[in-house]
Amino acid sequence: MFYKIVLFLCLPSVLAEQLCKPNAPDGLKVRLSIKTALDSEAYEWNRNEKFLFQATIAFAMSQYTGQEFKVSNILVCDETPRVSFWFVVTSPANLSQLMSKGVVELAVRKFRNRINNAFLLSDETLEFVGVLPTLASPVEPATPPWLIVFGVMMSLVSAGIVFVLVSTVVQNKRKRKQKRDDQDDDEETRVKTVENGCDGVYNTSFSEDEPNTRM
Amino acid sequence: MGESKESGAEERPKWDNKVQYMLTSIGFAVGLGNVWRFPYLCQIYGGGAFIIPYLIALAFEGLPLLYLELAIGQRLRMSSVGVWRSISPLLGGVGISSMIVSFLVSLYYNTIVAWVLWYFFHSFQEPLPWSQCPLNENKTGYNIECEKSTAVNYFWYRETLNITPDVGISGSLQWWNVVCLVSAWSVVYICFIKGIDSIGKAVYFTATFPYLVLTIFLIRALTLPGATDGLVYLFTPDWEILKNPKVWLDAATQIFFSLSIAFGGLIAFSSYNPEKNNCERDALVVGITNSATSIYGSIPIFAILGFKAKTAFNNCLEDNILTLTNYFNIADQNMTVENYDQWFDHFNTTYPGEVSALSLRDCDLKNFLDQSASGTGLAFIVFTEAVLEMPGSQVWAILFFIMLFTLGLSSMFGNIEGILTPMRELKLVPKWVPHEVLTGAVCLVSVLIGLIFTLGSGNYWVEIFNSYVGSIPFLVIAFFEIVGVIYIHGMKRFSEDIEFMTGRKPNIYWKACWMVISPIMLLVVFVSYVVIQAQTYPTYPAWNPDYESFPETEMKPYPDWVFAIIVILIVAPLVSIPLVAVYNLIRRGLKKSSDKGSLNPYKNEAFEIETHEVKPRD
Repeated sequence: MFYKIVLFLCLPSVLAEQLCKPNAPDGLKVRLSIKTALDSEAYEWNRNEKFLFQATIAFAMSQYTGQEFKVSNILVCDETPRVSFWFVVTSPANLSQLMSKGVVELAVRKFRNRINNAFLLSDETLEFVGVLPTLASPVEPATPPWLIVFGVMMSLVSAGIVFVLVSTVVQNKRKRKQKRDDQDDDEETRVKTVENGCDGVYNTSFSEDEPNTRM
Repeated sequence: MGESKESGAEERPKWDNKVQYMLTSIGFAVGLGNVWRFPYLCQIYGGGAFIIPYLIALAFEGLPLLYLELAIGQRLRMSSVGVWRSISPLLGGVGISSMIVSFLVSLYYNTIVAWVLWYFFHSFQEPLPWSQCPLNENKTGYNIECEKSTAVNYFWYRETLNITPDVGISGSLQWWNVVCLVSAWSVVYICFIKGIDSIGKAVYFTATFPYLVLTIFLIRALTLPGATDGLVYLFTPDWEILKNPKVWLDAATQIFFSLSIAFGGLIAFSSYNPEKNNCERDALVVGITNSATSIYGSIPIFAILGFKAKTAFNNCLEDNILTLTNYFNIADQNMTVENYDQWFDHFNTTYPGEVSALSLRDCDLKNFLDQSASGTGLAFIVFTEAVLEMPGSQVWAILFFIMLFTLGLSSMFGNIEGILTPMRELKLVPKWVPHEVLTGAVCLVSVLIGLIFTLGSGNYWVEIFNSYVGSIPFLVIAFFEIVGVIYIHGMKRFSEDIEFMTGRKPNIYWKACWMVISPIMLLVVFVSYVVIQAQTYPTYPAWNPDYESFPETEMKPYPDWVFAIIVILIVAPLVSIPLVAVYNLIRRGLKKSSDKGSLNPYKNEAFEIETHEVKPRD
């Protein structure tokens, strides 16, 4: 009788060992790179951290499947100094039956963010081997920002071109008006010289006369 | 006579002051090639040793040709067409060639400026768009093309160019490239709108800003890790390389294209100078500043390349460390970049079979440092990748692209000048067409033709133009320039011209270079260039995602019709030289004048002496 009790008591742990082993078909390998992520604020991996891990997985499984998972449903084994280990999840209804890997993966994927944050880690530093992280799609603003910069620059350039062209046209008009006034003055002086008694064809090269003849 | 002389002097624009002229000429000479071609040549040709053939080529080929152009432009006071026509009508074709080549170059050069603008617009985004790959359609992973190459490559080839796998496949017009091209030409237009009055103001910024940015980058780059590795490795001279004739050839070619000779722009710019300007000093200043800029610019480039190599090397080591840590389950961060070698040796000796089975990456800093890139590859791939690793990436990206923009823009000024002023002198447009309208028309036509470069295959066409149009015709034109001035115009007359302008005759160094050394060097460069090009059937690197060893570029030969276009592009500008010469010979033959067949019908000894003595002292 006594032996039966002992055997009965030892069975769960034995079963647990057999359920959770490296490369178990329904097991997942986990790798943590705490020092890489946190550098000087890195914490030691100990039994309590392992407990936290079991709790977060239990949380994820419970939320995802709707069944109630306890910490004892999450079996962890083969821990290494890397801080890597394997874990399996037993069904709450039947402790010797494992939850399928697919279900565990989906649960982990859905609550990856919560699990990461519990350990202050990220998708790269808390690695579930074989489980791809859901990629965050890059944020795309409504108007691409480059069009805004382009719009600003082009409006400045266009405004500049229009301004310069308009001012040139206005300047030319003014010049033409002045030239016409100058020409009227010239004609008056020319008429005067003719009136002074010069006959013949007027030689315009002498009209702008200078005191010294150019060579 | 006085009246027409005055109105002639009024019509010809002048520089507001000497500084504007110097900045414009330096800005024209200093262009994108100083920043992305010279460092590459330095890198592949033995580092610091390349500077020796470069400086020798500058002294014996670059400076004499530069001085020649500035002097002849300042003396004859006309742009390229007028200058060569007055030296001899037979040489009139040289000016026309300059004009056509300037036009062809400005077409593709401004496309590169448009790409710089595109990157500049995108540098305001956080995070920089070339830092991450976009997701694929069902959001399960990254875009395949991007995964296989890198995010930076993807952004350049796919999102900027949307490049087709073959030059024959034209694709469609990429609207975003059209938009950037229109912006680039609009900026050129507004700067050129009032001729040298507006350029003279613009160059205060466009010619000086690159130096400011290079200095900022120099200071920043020197503080980055790996910068000294880069500088030491890339500048360490390898004297053996000087025995390779290709180095000398490339040095001569580089100095020639770097100084923007034979464009006609320099002749036009110096023709706006006062008559008695010391053009010898100007030529020395422009030439030496151009080379000094190249050397100065390569320091931050090498520092940043060294930083990039070091970062890549560290990433390579980190990958290996992660693989080893995961495999052997040692504690996280026990193995670091610093103690990598000791750990690796330990593992290799205890478990050699397993270590080799892990297929670790081969990390060699030298390999990363040897990766070289030039041209658009350097600016848009290598540099943008380096900028991602620097803290405050947006600022550095913005600064870098504004610098490239101003470098390209100031070179465009010279190109456009080489088109517009000859057009006026050829009387292609009636006189009443105002300058603004003519400039606008040229810009508009350039945009329309430049749409070719906005197609899917546009980058391939830019490469074609850059390699062929932007090289051989200039060598021929420069050769005719130097022969025309020294042998047809006459060394004696030219020396007197220079004495009139600068106050003393050119010394034996200039004379020796002009008469013998430079023409021979040009001829040698031209012949070797053609021979080297002709040796292998021209191929081009195509970006083909379906290629087996993608992301490597696939080397494809040019199809025959493209080859025909290349030949046309080289021959068409040059054909005007013999055409005009033959035309004038026939005309003189028909006239049967009593000129005794002298080559220069304007050479009337009587007038010559008179014009020299009787020039009004202004």
